[in-house]
Amino acid sequence: METSIKTVEAPDGYEGSGFFATSFDKVIGLARSHSLWPLPFATSCCGIEFMAAMGSHYDFARFGSERPSFSPRQADLLMVMGTIAKKMAPIVKQVYLQMAEPRWVIAMGACASSGGIFDTYSVLQGIDRIIPVDVYIPGCPPRPEQVIDGLIQIREMAASESLRRRNSPEYEALLASYKIQ
Amino acid sequence: MTNQEVAEELVKKFENDVFDFEEPYGLLTLSVSREQIIPVLEYLKNSPAFQIDFLTDITGVHYPDYLDREFCVVYHAHSFVHNFRVRLKVFLSLNDIHVPTASGIYMSANWMERETYDFFGIIFDGHPNLQRILNMDEMDYHPMRKEYPLEDGTRNDKIDALFGR
Repeated sequence: METSIKTVEAPDGYEGSGFFATSFDKVIGLARSHSLWPLPFATSCCGIEFMAAMGSHYDFARFGSERPSFSPRQADLLMVMGTIAKKMAPIVKQVYLQMAEPRWVIAMGACASSGGIFDTYSVLQGIDRIIPVDVYIPGCPPRPEQVIDGLIQIREMAASESLRRRNSPEYEALLASYKIQ
Repeated sequence: MTNQEVAEELVKKFENDVFDFEEPYGLLTLSVSREQIIPVLEYLKNSPAFQIDFLTDITGVHYPDYLDREFCVVYHAHSFVHNFRVRLKVFLSLNDIHVPTASGIYMSANWMERETYDFFGIIFDGHPNLQRILNMDEMDYHPMRKEYPLEDGTRNDKIDALFGR
């Protein structure tokens, strides 16, 4: 039957009549990558651009991010969008700590990535000073296409990530370098 | 109600404690001694003729080159009844950076004085809760003072390789 609906391609595995065998890594990665719930931590103009990306024209939701989760405990992806003042830093960190593993972080825009034009005493010079960041989206602010590209990179990371990665010594050392846990 | 009338009333009542009258862009501006700033604000607010009863802003200025009057606290007040504005200045010495609080007259002075304390380190005597309001509590300096180099040459968070400078 001809249809325009696209479905996800099955991962590599053994197929026979009535069964299909593959690894948990691939199946769970596939599922995770198609339902990343973002937590929009929007503090300024990048947040407005994110609203455009979320709207019907760019339709962020079609990648499985239908539900922006305003509770960190149900979120997979922390999207920090906008200038983070030093006074805001402990709040960003607490939101990150409240998220359950696996968790990913996008720093959207120049301010979240590096402090941007706010090279000053009151502004955090990039959120990677307090929490680990997976994807940086450049721009001031970035176009919605760039936001979608950033999300797709996160999806690829989620799909290809080994289930044991979060228990690896490298990952624990990374968190320890941020004094987490 | 004109600048002239208000200025004459103030001189009549407060004599040598009000001085340096100016009218930049038509805004009545004067300096007040530290001892008389609260009575002057109170008088402007409660006088039936003036009713200057809205405190628009309190802020500070740092003049590092003015000997013994390095800091200035600026009060902007507004009369809604007469649509009349006035600006009052109190100069302070770096060695005695105290001024009485206006929070007894205007509730809104509470946060404005905290902000002025936060950025300039001016101590408002009698303030109910004089602590930082905008900057992080751990900050150990007053950032709007003109006593810091524009950029710290030893910093390494924005290196040439990444930021081209």
